[in-house]
Amino acid sequence: MTLDFSIILEAWPAFLSGMGLTLKLLVLSLIGAIALGTGLAAMRLSPNWFVSTFASSYVNLFRTVPLIMAIFWFYFLIPLLIGRPVGALTSALVALIFFEGAFFSEIIRSGIQAVPRGQFAAGLATGLRPRMVMQSIVLPQAFRAMIPGLLTQSIIVFQATSLVYVVGLSDFMTTTVRIANGSGRIVEVYLFCAATYFVLSYGASVVARYLERRLNR
Amino acid sequence: MNYSWNWGILFEAPYAEWLLSGVAWTIGLFAASMVVGFGVGTGIGLMRIAPIRWLRIISGIYVEMFRNVPLLVQIFIWFYVMPELLPSDVGQWLKRDLPMPAFWTSVVAIGFYTAARVAEHIRAGFLAIPAAQMQAALATGLNLRQVYRYVLLPRAFRIVTPALTSEAISVMKNTSLALTIGVLELMAQSRQIESYTFQSFEAFTAGTAIYIALCAAVVFVARHIEARYAIPGMIQSR
Repeated sequence: MTLDFSIILEAWPAFLSGMGLTLKLLVLSLIGAIALGTGLAAMRLSPNWFVSTFASSYVNLFRTVPLIMAIFWFYFLIPLLIGRPVGALTSALVALIFFEGAFFSEIIRSGIQAVPRGQFAAGLATGLRPRMVMQSIVLPQAFRAMIPGLLTQSIIVFQATSLVYVVGLSDFMTTTVRIANGSGRIVEVYLFCAATYFVLSYGASVVARYLERRLNR
Repeated sequence: MNYSWNWGILFEAPYAEWLLSGVAWTIGLFAASMVVGFGVGTGIGLMRIAPIRWLRIISGIYVEMFRNVPLLVQIFIWFYVMPELLPSDVGQWLKRDLPMPAFWTSVVAIGFYTAARVAEHIRAGFLAIPAAQMQAALATGLNLRQVYRYVLLPRAFRIVTPALTSEAISVMKNTSLALTIGVLELMAQSRQIESYTFQSFEAFTAGTAIYIALCAAVVFVARHIEARYAIPGMIQSR
């Protein structure tokens, strides 16, 4: 068979808008998931048994459920809870945030635990409240150590956004499938799709490794 | 919230059978993907640390390729693209004569994807073994093959058991992607019950609970294996 990649150029605007949605999903879900993950990590380290058990149950729940299941859950649950349809984008975004928040919380927790205990005690000794110590002393140090881990998880989220295909959102993956089926140039279109994901993920992983080496020096 | 509950639906025909057959397919996907993933992964992992340069390069390329493309894309490539790229009689065989094509494609895709991740764990496990162990083993008169077989591999596998346990849980979750090419596994069956009965809550709860139970079973077995093969005198994770 002969390969003819002209279909990629023909469908370029569709690919671009698909990648636009993928990146939008990535950025919004990262912001939400890191915020949620930070909250969950702080809760897990809380001396209050109820709070820490809630957070660890949350994390364990989402770690043993497939992301597709979470996407379908929120797709049906959110409209039911708030009483009106919200669209696939919102529900997929909420699913990604709730799901990935559990994974980010584990990275953030280990980062917080890497900060020497004395830092917390010293912060308290200066008269700051526990919340302020967490915010201004522990978290800034913890985040520096976490950067490579956060970046690696972000690459996983980038790849995971492709699963919004199951609710038909026009992200890069769904766009690829549509163009492949519409044009019949299945081989070229899927290879282009895989190459695009590869270049972006691999590029980001090289940056992550570089940061890791620099932070370890 | 306006919703009429009907938990009984899960125990009625044909929905109970659908769930059960979904569980069976999920377990089948899991078992077969684990064999491929851990088998190929161990091989690639050993190549990653081999004292031969080109083996390290090839295995490195393998790991980066399979790690940096989403699993869903890989499944579609195995399912739609592979039969076109292979010689036409092999392609024809894949399309027409292979029994359960969607199932085996999912197994290959999930297995090869998992292998890249397993290989990295195995490599990390090997790097965690002090270099003196190898020298000491060679000094006792074992040859290189025996050193790997009797000293390094057994230690590396024990070091990476916790990491491989979470990898096994990922495999369990990843089997749900087989729904995209039409394998009627647990996720697909939950979805199907939902669309037939509109009892979304019950259908998804059943699916979710079963996934949690399956993952718990994986952790249970892994703990058992870890305890069974623990080296006396080493610090154990509890």
